[in-house]
Amino acid sequence: MDFFLQQLTNGLAVGGIYALIALGYTMVYGVLKLINFAHGDLFTIGAFLGLSLLTSLGLTHHMGSFGVVVSLIVMVMCLVALVGVILDRLAYKPLRTSHRLSAVVSALGASIFFQNGIMLVYGAKLLVYPHDILPKMNVNILGLHIPLIRILILLASLLMMICLYVYINKTRIGTAIRAAAIDQGAARLMGINVDRVIMIVFMIGPALGGAAGLMVGLYYGQINFTMGWIYGLKAFTAAILGGIGNIPGAMVGGLLLGVIEALGAAYLSIAWKDAIAFCVLIVILIVRPTGILGERVAEKI
Amino acid sequence: MIRMWKTKRHFLYALWAVLLLASPAVLNPYWVDVLNLVGLYAILALSLNIILGHAGLFHMGHAAFYAVGAYTTAILNKQFGIPVLWLMPLSGLTAGLTALVVARPIIHLRGDYLLIVTIGFVEIIRIALINNVFGITGGANGIFGIDRPMIFGYKIRKPQEFFYLIWAFAALTVFFFHRLEQSRFGRALNFLREDDVAAEGSGIHTAHYKLIAFVIGAFWAGMVGTVYAAKMTIIAPESFNFWESVIMFMIVLLGGRGSIPGTILGAFLVIGLPEIFREFASARMLVFGAVMVIMMIFRTEGILPALPRSYPIGRLPDTGSDR
Repeated sequence: MDFFLQQLTNGLAVGGIYALIALGYTMVYGVLKLINFAHGDLFTIGAFLGLSLLTSLGLTHHMGSFGVVVSLIVMVMCLVALVGVILDRLAYKPLRTSHRLSAVVSALGASIFFQNGIMLVYGAKLLVYPHDILPKMNVNILGLHIPLIRILILLASLLMMICLYVYINKTRIGTAIRAAAIDQGAARLMGINVDRVIMIVFMIGPALGGAAGLMVGLYYGQINFTMGWIYGLKAFTAAILGGIGNIPGAMVGGLLLGVIEALGAAYLSIAWKDAIAFCVLIVILIVRPTGILGERVAEKI
Repeated sequence: MIRMWKTKRHFLYALWAVLLLASPAVLNPYWVDVLNLVGLYAILALSLNIILGHAGLFHMGHAAFYAVGAYTTAILNKQFGIPVLWLMPLSGLTAGLTALVVARPIIHLRGDYLLIVTIGFVEIIRIALINNVFGITGGANGIFGIDRPMIFGYKIRKPQEFFYLIWAFAALTVFFFHRLEQSRFGRALNFLREDDVAAEGSGIHTAHYKLIAFVIGAFWAGMVGTVYAAKMTIIAPESFNFWESVIMFMIVLLGGRGSIPGTILGAFLVIGLPEIFREFASARMLVFGAVMVIMMIFRTEGILPALPRSYPIGRLPDTGSDR
């Protein structure tokens, strides 16, 4: 039972990270119907920027460990949001009206660009996060010893998701985002500035992805320039699992995927860990092609 | 006018073919080997083109079928000593069968859903190979010591010799896929790519046609797997990862969806160009990524997009207007 709960909390922490990345995929997909293949690399950029800021600014001398982490997250989110907006301007905006596959190739090109850019700047080897930022201690919850960082990551990702949910559902801009996701043309006719909506989506998505990158760095302690691919792939799977284009769906899908993977790795086989996620995906798509929370939309004829 | 343009085009194709055939005489073995790789990817991309370009199915898992073909060859050759070239149709068949089994339940999925499932499939295959399923795939190290191909008692060994084997296979591929796209089947695929519902309404069994496109593409990729296994004599799961699928996908889209010359040109650009700029070593892939973005912005349909189908007016049924 103890083992099970440990794996469950571990799965939830990783799932929170997946969910944050998946939100970026699903929001961009919702508005643009584009799979942003460069999103995984924005996540990697977040991880590397976090490390650079941490080592260069010397924040640890000025404030406590929590202050450091919070200010790091804010800085990384702002920077990666900026990268996201620039990416959209240069690589996707000129392709708004062309075939969807052209934009996919552009996204793949951008992904290659980012990956190699990171490699050129930081080198091809594994980088290690300093491991004294957060105190290494276990929190005792109902007799279960859970590492503090695991709880913090889960809480941070949940907090971000709640903020996003409120933002999307309660504010004017959030309403505009939802409207643009349903029907861009009609939203334009209703006086919504769709270009601005797209820009905002390309700020929020990458910002969340960047924060996830930083969390992975803090959680696992090591990062490399290719890690965006596999995390991106898993997060995209999570987005589909919940129903792509659906914001709560991405959250549920991410957490679910994290838990399934952690339990699968623990009880079935660790060697098949990555395959488990994809098997679940295939089964879901065969049984329920629109994902768990996606509603069935009539195909346009 | 169109006629003249067409003859000019055919002349250009012939010129390129002659230049290519003569190239091993002047190039050193390294560059011949690069051309071999270009040839292999050209054939793979042509086989993907029927699925992605003609049927319009977002398929990003082609490396899986390639892997099935290569492993079929490697295992049967090692276990039973069957000559590799004899295994070519058999590898194609196993890859085709895999495609049939895998694609049957997912063929109705649309666009991006199909994309992610095919990506998932290629990952599952790779992980299965690493984990040494049934104890015959050799795990992460793969299988080594595969025989070289023999043609009429002559063993093919040098890059120059492989060059002619691979490009002969490429020529056969071009002929086959050209005939296929001109056929009723090819036209049906284009129809369902443009409008699924209208095609269904005109009596095209869309799921059936899509499935056949998948099986043909996979069959061909399986056969390329044989040539690859014979050329390298060693295969490992990492040769068939997701990235390989992405490369094939990019070749087709960068060259021009549904266009045979475009796809071959795409193979030269995607595989050949990074080799040419090898001296810039680490920065070349950075530039390559940027160039891909720029290419797509200025030529969204690819470099050599497929020409619209044309039918000579004289051969149409008599309409009475032009006589």
